[in-house]
Amino acid sequence: MARIIVVTSGKGGVGKTTTSASISTGLAQRGYNTAVIDFDVGLRNLDLIMNCERRVVYDFVNVIQGEASINQALVRDKRVENLFILPASQTRDKEALTAEGVQKVLDEMSETFDYLVCDSPAGIEHGALMALYHADEAIVVTNPEVSSVRDSDRILGILQSKSRRAEQGMEPVKEHLLLTRYNHERVERGEMLSIEDVNDILSISLLGVIPESQAVLNASNQGAPVILEDESEAGCAYADAVARLLGEERPLRFLDGQKKGFLKRMFGG
Amino acid sequence: MSEPAATATENRACFELRDASQTLTVMELYHFDPDTLEQTLRDKIRQAPNFFRDLPLVIGLDHYEGNVADLDFFQLIGICRTHSIQVLGVRGGNDDVRRLARNAALAWLPGSRTSAPRPAPEPEPAESTPQEPAAAAAQSSAIGPGRLVTQPVRSGQQVYAPEGDLIIMAPVGAGAEVLAAGHIHIYGPLRGRALAGVHGDTSASIFCQSLEAELVSVAGHYKISEDLQGDDWRTPARIRLEGQVLTADPLTR
Repeated sequence: MARIIVVTSGKGGVGKTTTSASISTGLAQRGYNTAVIDFDVGLRNLDLIMNCERRVVYDFVNVIQGEASINQALVRDKRVENLFILPASQTRDKEALTAEGVQKVLDEMSETFDYLVCDSPAGIEHGALMALYHADEAIVVTNPEVSSVRDSDRILGILQSKSRRAEQGMEPVKEHLLLTRYNHERVERGEMLSIEDVNDILSISLLGVIPESQAVLNASNQGAPVILEDESEAGCAYADAVARLLGEERPLRFLDGQKKGFLKRMFGG
Repeated sequence: MSEPAATATENRACFELRDASQTLTVMELYHFDPDTLEQTLRDKIRQAPNFFRDLPLVIGLDHYEGNVADLDFFQLIGICRTHSIQVLGVRGGNDDVRRLARNAALAWLPGSRTSAPRPAPEPEPAESTPQEPAAAAAQSSAIGPGRLVTQPVRSGQQVYAPEGDLIIMAPVGAGAEVLAAGHIHIYGPLRGRALAGVHGDTSASIFCQSLEAELVSVAGHYKISEDLQGDDWRTPARIRLEGQVLTADPLTR
C-alpha cells in the first residue's frame, strides 16, 4: 500500500509544484518507489519542472477515461531511479477528474508504489479537492505572508472536513507545514512573517523551511528539481524536509542570524 | 417650514433589519376541540381580562397529541379573534403542520425540545431546521447542551452550539466563525468572528485569551475589528453587553 501525500496550499504561486518535484525526487533517491501525479489539469507544469515534457504521450485524464493504461502514461525520470511522473492533461479541464476515476487510478498505483505524491492545483475547487481527497499526509506549502497563511488555514480546514479520512472517520490526515521563500533579512525588517508568527496561526508541525533562493528559479527553468542541487541551500533544505517526512530528526538550517539559536530551542533541533 | 424634516426622512434608509427577541405567550395545545378550547379560553380570560386584550399568541405544538388532520387553524384563529387575541404563528410540529400554518398565513417557528410542562409521551421530535452544518470536522463532543472543540477552528469553518455554551481549546482563525446560544470561551486567540447569545441572550459573554477578532457579537449587538482596536486588543478579554453597549474588559487582574 502506497502512502499518499498531497502537496497543497490554497494560494497559487507559493511553490507547490517545485515542492512536489523535490519531495518526490527526494523520496525516490532514498530508494522508495515513488510516483508524482499532476492534478493541475489544464495547466500542465510538473512535467516542465521534471524536464520530461517531451516524453509525454498519455496523461492522467487518458488513464481515468480508460484510453491508456497507467504504465503507458507514466513517464520514467531519467535522473533518479524509482521515480515516475503522471502528467496532467493540458487540453481538458478539471471536471475530467472524477472521484471514481481518481480513486481507481490511485488504487491501482498503490499496489506498485511506496509513495504517491499528488501535486494539487491552487484554489479550493474541484481539482484541489480531488487532489487532497485520498491523502494520508498533506504538505501545506506556505509563504511567510498573510494571504498565503490565511489560505493555508482554509485548506487545513478542508483537509479536516472533506478528505476521505475525515469523511470515513479514520485517523485524520497528517498535516505538515512547509514554509517556502523564507527570507531572513525581510523577516528582520518586518516585511515578512517569522516562522513563529506562521506557527502561531497555523499550529501544525513544521516540516521544513526553504530559503528564498535563486537556485529554485534556475532549477525550475532548467527542468531539474532543486533537491538535486546539493550545493544550494534550498536543495539541502528540501533534503532535510524529506528526512523529516520519513521520521528523522533534523535541525532547521539556513535561517541565519541570532534567530537560529532560538529556533533550535523551539523546534528541538 | 416642513422642508428640513422632509429631507431628513429622505436621507434616512426606509428601514433597517435587526435581531430582536421578544417574550411571547404560547398556547401549548394538547388536543384540538373547538368547543372545549373556547370554553377554557373564556374561563381564563374571565380571570384576567386585561392580560388577554390584544395578546400576541403563538400556538405551541410540541406536546400536541391529537391528529394533525384535526388541526383547523382557521377555526382556531377565529376563536382567538372573538376574544381579541392575535395569533402570530405556530411553533413546532412536522412538515404537515408547517404547510397548514402557511395556508392559514401563520408564521412557523421551530419547536423547542426543552421545557416539558408535563410528562407527555415524547412528541414528534420537532427538530429545528438544521442550521448551516457546522462544517468543522474538529473533534467535538457534545457535553450536555454545550459543545467542546479541541481542534483549531480554521478559516472558512463554522462551529455552532445551538443550545448552550461553546468552548474552544484552540485558536479561532481569521475567517472562521463560532456561534453559541450561550457564552463562548476560547482558550486561544480569537482571530475570526464570535457570536454569543445568538437567540437573544443578552447576558452571554465571549471570553478569549487574545482579542484579535474580526467581529464580536452578543445578542445581535456587534463590533467589528476596527472598533475593537483599544487597550484590550491582543490581550485576554471578556466581551459582554452593558445595557445596549458592547464592551471589552481585560480578563487579567
